[in-house]
Amino acid sequence: MGLLTTGLVAQDAGGGFDPLLPGLIVLLPFLGFVANGILALVAGTRGAARVRAGNEASETADNTKRTLTQTLPTWIGPGVMLAAFILTLLNFVGLLGVELTEPVIRSYWTWMATGTLTVEAALQLDQLSLIMMMVVTGVGFLIHVFSVGYMKEDPGYARYFAYLNLFVFFMLTLVMGANFPMMFVGWEGVGLCSYLLIGFWFQDREKADAGKKAFIVNRIGDFGLLMAMFMLFALFGTLDYVAIFEAAPEVMAYGGFAATAIALFLLLGAIGKSAQVPLYVWLPDAMAGPTPVSALIHAATMVTAGVYLVARASVLFALAPVGAAAVATVGAVTALFAATIALQQYDIKKVLAYSTVSQLGFMFMAVGVGAYAAGVFHLMTHAFFKALLFLGAGAVIHSMHHALHATHKDWDAQDMRNMGGLRRFMPVTWITMWAATLAIAGVWPFAGFFSKDEIIWFVGTSAPASALYVVLWAMAIATALLTAFYMTRLMVMTFHGSNRTGEGERGHLHEAPLSMTVPLGILAVLSVVGGWVNVPGSIRESIFGGFGLLPMSDWLDRWMEPVTASAQAIRLEQMGAYASTAPVGGGHVVWGAIATGLALAVVLVGARLVASREIRPATESEAPATGIRGLLYNKWYVDEFYDRFIVKPVVGLSRFCWRWIDQVLIDGTVNAVGTVSRGLGWFGSLFQTGQINTYAFIVTLGALALLGVLIF
Amino acid sequence: MLAEALVLSAILFVIGTTGVLIRRNAIIMFLCVELQLNAVNLSFVALSQYIGIEGQVFVFFIMTVAAAEAAVGLAIIISIFRHYETVNVDNFNLLKW
Repeated sequence: MGLLTTGLVAQDAGGGFDPLLPGLIVLLPFLGFVANGILALVAGTRGAARVRAGNEASETADNTKRTLTQTLPTWIGPGVMLAAFILTLLNFVGLLGVELTEPVIRSYWTWMATGTLTVEAALQLDQLSLIMMMVVTGVGFLIHVFSVGYMKEDPGYARYFAYLNLFVFFMLTLVMGANFPMMFVGWEGVGLCSYLLIGFWFQDREKADAGKKAFIVNRIGDFGLLMAMFMLFALFGTLDYVAIFEAAPEVMAYGGFAATAIALFLLLGAIGKSAQVPLYVWLPDAMAGPTPVSALIHAATMVTAGVYLVARASVLFALAPVGAAAVATVGAVTALFAATIALQQYDIKKVLAYSTVSQLGFMFMAVGVGAYAAGVFHLMTHAFFKALLFLGAGAVIHSMHHALHATHKDWDAQDMRNMGGLRRFMPVTWITMWAATLAIAGVWPFAGFFSKDEIIWFVGTSAPASALYVVLWAMAIATALLTAFYMTRLMVMTFHGSNRTGEGERGHLHEAPLSMTVPLGILAVLSVVGGWVNVPGSIRESIFGGFGLLPMSDWLDRWMEPVTASAQAIRLEQMGAYASTAPVGGGHVVWGAIATGLALAVVLVGARLVASREIRPATESEAPATGIRGLLYNKWYVDEFYDRFIVKPVVGLSRFCWRWIDQVLIDGTVNAVGTVSRGLGWFGSLFQTGQINTYAFIVTLGALALLGVLIF
Repeated sequence: MLAEALVLSAILFVIGTTGVLIRRNAIIMFLCVELQLNAVNLSFVALSQYIGIEGQVFVFFIMTVAAAEAAVGLAIIISIFRHYETVNVDNFNLLKW
């Protein structure tokens, strides 16, 4: 209760904006977690009792009669999300039209007070955190609704919603925390939920291993984040955002050691969480989780935490040009690298996973060149269309799974070679996924066009004299074209051409239920119009403006200005303004036209190209093993490389420590001490006769001796 | 008076100690321990005449403890006797290692 009341007591409302129950927004998903968690425990105990009673099979027979543990989460899980979204929306509307230059901070209690370090359990509301909250609660709500249909028959239904609610709680803590430790709690919490949900079907060894992999790889990144926090505390004596960012330009020299080191450590943390090169390997494996989880955690929200971190600490990165350049370079390399792998994957979710890695690379490029608003813009539009793509893929897998299950065929329900021609059976999924595909390909006027084009533009113009940024710019354009191609390939292989599922299965293919298609529809609309909130002024005035159809020019840029103003000021002073033309000439409008034209061309040609190739079901076709296609199919052998040069040596070292250091050296020493003591004891016991008289005699002698000492 | 009392006390204590050391019958050894205790009691009482009342208080404690000890000790001896059918302490040599 204290959480709510303290929030109500107005603490210095900032510039006319009085946030509405920010604590409750965070608390609601947590309450959902508690309620669903209790239901999950009840369901688990009942399930165990059923297994003990030996009628495990009756569970499937009882499916028509749904118990309370199956019906309540349907309302609690999405319900708390809807409430949180409405509260966030009210806050968002409240902040519209208010000039808020300083973030509004609500402090609830003192979390830690040790020596000079005081950490408050405080939430911060500003333009950046509100955009993130809108994405998390809005897209999160839609994915919760989708999950109702997708997870309906799963025995762990309540457990699933408990984890999902818990994830949202931690994600909101991450984006709303007013200091680094609060963010770190959310940062680790979402990692935990990611682990729990990747390994949701933990009976499958492979899936449990994927969860562990994600958790361990993320630890490497967390090390960087912790180091950055320690350095920040050593320099500033506080970990509050406002205090650090205000003092940073005075405390740290521009491009100095401290600024660079902190920026690079923060980058390491961001690389881990956002799956960038070289720590991206966990994300494709994370597809082992349920598909809505991939949509929510591994596409729309959690993996964007790294982008949020860089945007939040924009001042620190502006002070460290090397760090910022590293961010942009990592982003560009990741974007291109992951896009090439996506070209040759057959698992529909793997394609989307590498696509996500690639798009996160775009966001890193943006925040690396100081275009923080563009990065957050792409984060938002990507959340729309990538969540839609994953949910659509989920609907496809759902349908494929049912069809294959009905005829007991042991084909892979996720392999695109087994699909084909699904357009006829799932028209809603088909049309909505095309909207998302055109958005991610960057075709005007879909959302991705505006956000991606803005990033490419800023990368090319950020440092006019630097060759590095010209290279990054070229890589970004190449990635955009690859993106258009592999997404077209995915769509054509899945939905077009002839159906490859087989005669018997064909009759069981069906469109997803309403609870799944409605979120798809909403996200499809957002994938179309989501980009219109930030149409660059020059484009809006040109023919691309759609004759005034696209309303708000540069709205997001202006919205984000208070958050990034100080970083932009430092950048302007040190590096000069952005160029007005691309590296090889041409203004924003020209390149916008080129980009959308190329994307559309790639989509059309790619569709032709893929459709003309004969594709056979996975069991009949063999994987490409040679040449560049084999290299891409095997993901550049990065996993094998890591296994050979990192995992194996670490395991070997651990085994050496276990066999020699631990078992021989440490255990040997301990055992030696024990053996020597026993030997000494055995020697001493030889003096024991067990005869009372002997003992009495020795006691008397001792007493006499003491007496003698006392007297003389 | 004090000297005589202390001498008597010393004699009784030495008798008790000697009994404990040389006798093999558990009951006798037990009685000798009691003798030692009462020798000490005697010197306490004698000295309390000169030093203070505390010595007499101690005597009451010792008598209480000795009574309790007698109860436990005799019980042990009885149970040992039931087991070995003897009270010769030379036979009781398990109290080692």
